[in-house]
Amino acid sequence: MTPSIRPSVVARLNPVAKLAVALIVSCALLLSIDWVSAGVALLLEAGLLVWCGLSARQFWLRTAPVWIAAPMASITTILYGEDSGAMLWQFGFISVTEGSAQLGLAIGLRVLAIGLPGIVLLATTDPTDLADGLAQVLRLPARFVLGGLAGLRLVGMFIDDWHSLGLARRARGVGDGGGLRGAARRFFGPAFSLLVISVRRGSKLATAMEARGFGSDEPRTWARPSRVRVADAVLVAIGFAIAGVAIGVAVWAETWSFILA
Amino acid sequence: MQIEARGWGWRHAGRHKQAVSGLDLQIEPGERVLLLGASGAGKSTLVHALAGVLGDTEDGDETGSLLIDGRRAAEARGRVGLVLQDPDSQVVLARVGDDVAFGCENLAVGRTEIWPRVRRALVEVGLNLPLDHPTGSLSGGQKQRLALAGVLAMQPGLLLLDEPTANLDPGGVIEVRDAVVRSLDHSGATFVVIEHRVEVWQDAVDRVIVLDPAGGVLADGPTREILASQGERLAQAGVWVPALPPRFPVRHPIGNPHTLLRAEGLAVGRVPFGRRAASVVADGITLSVDAGTATVVTGPNGAGKSTLALTLAGLLKPAGGTLHASDSFAAGIPNEPHRWRSRQLLTRIGTVFQDPEHQFLAATVRGDLAIGPRALGQSAAEQTSRVDELMHRLRLDHLADANPFTLSGGEKRRMSVATVLATRPRLLVLDEPTFGQDSRTWQELVILLAELLDEGTALVAVTHDAEFVSALADKEYRLGTPITLGVAQP
Repeated sequence: MTPSIRPSVVARLNPVAKLAVALIVSCALLLSIDWVSAGVALLLEAGLLVWCGLSARQFWLRTAPVWIAAPMASITTILYGEDSGAMLWQFGFISVTEGSAQLGLAIGLRVLAIGLPGIVLLATTDPTDLADGLAQVLRLPARFVLGGLAGLRLVGMFIDDWHSLGLARRARGVGDGGGLRGAARRFFGPAFSLLVISVRRGSKLATAMEARGFGSDEPRTWARPSRVRVADAVLVAIGFAIAGVAIGVAVWAETWSFILA
Repeated sequence: MQIEARGWGWRHAGRHKQAVSGLDLQIEPGERVLLLGASGAGKSTLVHALAGVLGDTEDGDETGSLLIDGRRAAEARGRVGLVLQDPDSQVVLARVGDDVAFGCENLAVGRTEIWPRVRRALVEVGLNLPLDHPTGSLSGGQKQRLALAGVLAMQPGLLLLDEPTANLDPGGVIEVRDAVVRSLDHSGATFVVIEHRVEVWQDAVDRVIVLDPAGGVLADGPTREILASQGERLAQAGVWVPALPPRFPVRHPIGNPHTLLRAEGLAVGRVPFGRRAASVVADGITLSVDAGTATVVTGPNGAGKSTLALTLAGLLKPAGGTLHASDSFAAGIPNEPHRWRSRQLLTRIGTVFQDPEHQFLAATVRGDLAIGPRALGQSAAEQTSRVDELMHRLRLDHLADANPFTLSGGEKRRMSVATVLATRPRLLVLDEPTFGQDSRTWQELVILLAELLDEGTALVAVTHDAEFVSALADKEYRLGTPITLGVAQP
């Protein structure tokens, strides 16, 4: 499940700094629902995404869910969102007004502005480096961080197991037929087997980790140092700048509407 | 490190039976011990206890004392190294170097000392890979050597191995054994290994301890002596004793074996997750599968043996070439097995998977065995009589109401074969049927398969097991060196 990560400026940054940037921009954009702040943030991010080190193919593949989710969220809001302003179009329950159209645009841009940097930063982060950062920089408990990291490795095996379970059901005569009920059985049957097999695997892995001294209350050392460098500070500063400019422009354009106000 | 057990016993929480009881033994520093015993004699429990991973009072009840260098075994965790059976569930981290460093980190070894230790350990086990090599792309033997390196880097005074080579091909077995011997010569650590294939370790150890399933020690002494005096008894308990190999069954070949399946220029592969086209692992395969004939598929790891078996079994679509079922075999349905419906496979091809757990469907042994006959629309009476017959033939009667997932390794294997035989398929495809099995299960399985062959059933078996090949194979199809795929993306 570990992604292959190409060396790039972004890949060398401390994952904790990347996480911080994603959080800063998200929080700023969640404070208001207007299209200007989200649009400005997206524009500024677009300039940075060029350096993310992903190939075009990787970029579009990884971010595809966001490109699908954004217009969906947008259209749903335009059609069913709270109406205000002039009526533009109406059909039965469905009504499109200036207000709902603006809201839809704002939501769509927001999904992109929050989703894209999140996915790109994650795609350029090695899970092991992230765990090192979480434990050493943020001082999260090692048991929790490393347990999660080791568990992540099992996900790839689940996919293989799921595939084998499907083949085995075909071999045993229950792989097709039975209509809708058969289809439901074919999903839930192997899901239970997968659960049993996964729990078994997980406990074996836990034993192997314990046998190597993991999980005691003694302090442990870290073979790979996770340091915060100047470049990481710059990245966080850029994050604040994007958030600040986005909010500033929106306030200046008088579109800013603080959600808690 | 010195081991001392005084009246030691352990009962797992929720079980009635003691896993180990009344154990008295002493192992001196630097001794190399092979631990034997019938399945259920408590070998694994003892080794887990020595490694300090058996848990505390919540996990079971301890009696007597088990001391390592005079201290409770549970307190010695970290100074004792343990390598387990399953290569896949011992890899902790994604990169080779990080995985080896993991144990050192937990022991709070300083960063400047960790990396030299990691490099030394990798050299010692003969794993000459870059530190950032992905662990997901290693073979089984390499993964076991990686686990060993992770343990050696911790510089343990006691090295414990629990069937470290049971899941490996013959090449992998030798790799791991030699790496262990090399490191012991170097470190002088005390050594205890569990392994029912005695041949692998007999020259590497100087003492054999046989545990008694009824409690305590059955025999204890120099390797040669114990194997001579206890050999018969051990072989009966399922231990592979070199002097007493299992007997091969006498075959009665059927005359004029007709062809069931014919592969011509067949290419096999799987469709990777999220892709459309199969990636080919082996191609140019031409062979025929005949009634009453055992065809074994051999070859190194990664050569595509399992993929070929699953393709011949009609479970995977051929990636190229043709796989053609004879008209008499297809009996009125299309000639391509992968187009057959699931139910149509039942009486034609039965598949025994490498991991028996993958093919269990019901909550009881009886219920699971009835699934095939029921899918064929047999009456309740027919189902019951077939299931009873199979349970008797494969010694599963006493387990009729047990959950298949709770069976022992040998029972699971017998059970997985029984589920397939329930519908009397004309072709049986088995993927590594003897992997990790004790000699008793092995013998039973081989006799059963020989009987099926004599009755005219066709057999295709993927195997690494040279004895299995000698015992049954009529034809051997050897898959060559694997097609280079580059580094696998896990």
